Amino acid sequence: MRQSLIQWFKFASPQSFYPLAGRMIPWFWAAAAVFGIAGLWISFFVAPTDAQQGEGYRIIFVHVPASWMSMFIYVVMAFWAGRGLALNTRVSAMMAQSLAPTGALMAALSLWTGALWGKPMWGAWWVWDARLTSELILFFLYLGFMALQAAIDDPRRADKAGAILALVGVVNIPIIYFSVKWWNTLHQGSTINLNKAPSMAQTMLWGMLLMALAFWMYSIAVALMRVRAIILERERHTEWVKHAVE
Amino acid sequence: MNAFFATVRRDLLLAMRRKSEVLTAVFFFVIVTSLFPLGIGPEPVLLKKIAPGILWVAALLATLLGLPRLFAADHVDGTLEQMALSPSPLGLLVAGKILAHWLLCGLPLVLLAPVLGLQFDLDASALGILTLALLLGTPLLSLIGAIGAALTLGVRGGGVLLALLVLPLYIPALIFGAGAVEAHIAGLDVGGHLSLLAAMLVLAAFFAPWATTAALRIALE
Repeated sequence: MRQSLIQWFKFASPQSFYPLAGRMIPWFWAAAAVFGIAGLWISFFVAPTDAQQGEGYRIIFVHVPASWMSMFIYVVMAFWAGRGLALNTRVSAMMAQSLAPTGALMAALSLWTGALWGKPMWGAWWVWDARLTSELILFFLYLGFMALQAAIDDPRRADKAGAILALVGVVNIPIIYFSVKWWNTLHQGSTINLNKAPSMAQTMLWGMLLMALAFWMYSIAVALMRVRAIILERERHTEWVKHAVE
Repeated sequence: MNAFFATVRRDLLLAMRRKSEVLTAVFFFVIVTSLFPLGIGPEPVLLKKIAPGILWVAALLATLLGLPRLFAADHVDGTLEQMALSPSPLGLLVAGKILAHWLLCGLPLVLLAPVLGLQFDLDASALGILTLALLLGTPLLSLIGAIGAALTLGVRGGGVLLALLVLPLYIPALIFGAGAVEAHIAGLDVGGHLSLLAAMLVLAAFFAPWATTAALRIALE
């Protein structure tokens, strides 16, 4: 086997990944703080007040990045789950498991801030819009994944069963999204058109991008911290964990 | 293919020996659909409007009720392990079991739906569309449900967990199935809805037995 190929799998072992994750976490936290402070400063003090929506629109600086992350994390989770299933690498499955709670948090945050935004703008906490509905279903998918992993005692079986569920989910997400979208256009229930967003000021866009980066860094940092905890828990019988904890 | 038909025949025979299990899901379907007019009121216009949704949601739940039975008994008495060890591919046997499950849990719903639709004042052509949509949709429910049933095999609180896993994946079938009947009542073309249902059925018929087999092998490890 070629040397380079072996290097690729070096960090697939919990023992070598654990210290690497530990070294990376402070950097991601620092990046999250920098991007977060810059993003919040722009979104609260620099970005102009919206002509139609007033100050309330500033919720989107949290809402939009949270929605992006909730969708993106599911794909990343399915990627790690599929990798774990195909290559039988333990850290991949642990990564998938550690990403799920963050993804669910983002989906919940997106739904919650969406409701807070919807009340003053549309006069309703909830409308059966295609995006809201598919975000809700995504939240259910995260809950299903976490519930399945929690219900299976044997961690190896939990990993593999969760991986299959995540892959089935990722195949279904586009189908669910488009079916909800067509269902919504067929019914024409609400008169609100989310697609007709007014063109955004440059500073608003910057604020949103910085906040998205902050959310991104936060998600990575938290996922790495969680994966370290999972590694310690699962490898507690090994010699190196006993030394690592000391 | 012999193994496939043998599995179908065996599962049908086993179910016929214990009819009450199959009938429970069917009567559940009948009772749930009959509860809605009692809860909402007997106004024909309203009932006609909500009929497709109610019949479809009830069909979804009735299918869900029968799913834990799909592999549980075979898992407990070791038949499933023998199937995994047998020379015929496990995927084929699993497909046979799914087909048998549909014949026992799905087909009765399809046949009953027109009768129950009469309770909701649907006319003959709407009943026809409803039956056709259920005929395309219920095998899809059995196929997707089989993945969930295999994943939750022998797991603590499997029944409730199964609902949590499977119901979000049932949403497209619900939308297009109930949508077809609603579109017909509204005087629109139903071809698109039925084509999409059929497309999802073909996709699921190809992938679901495979995913179910993978999940079963994990459960049997």
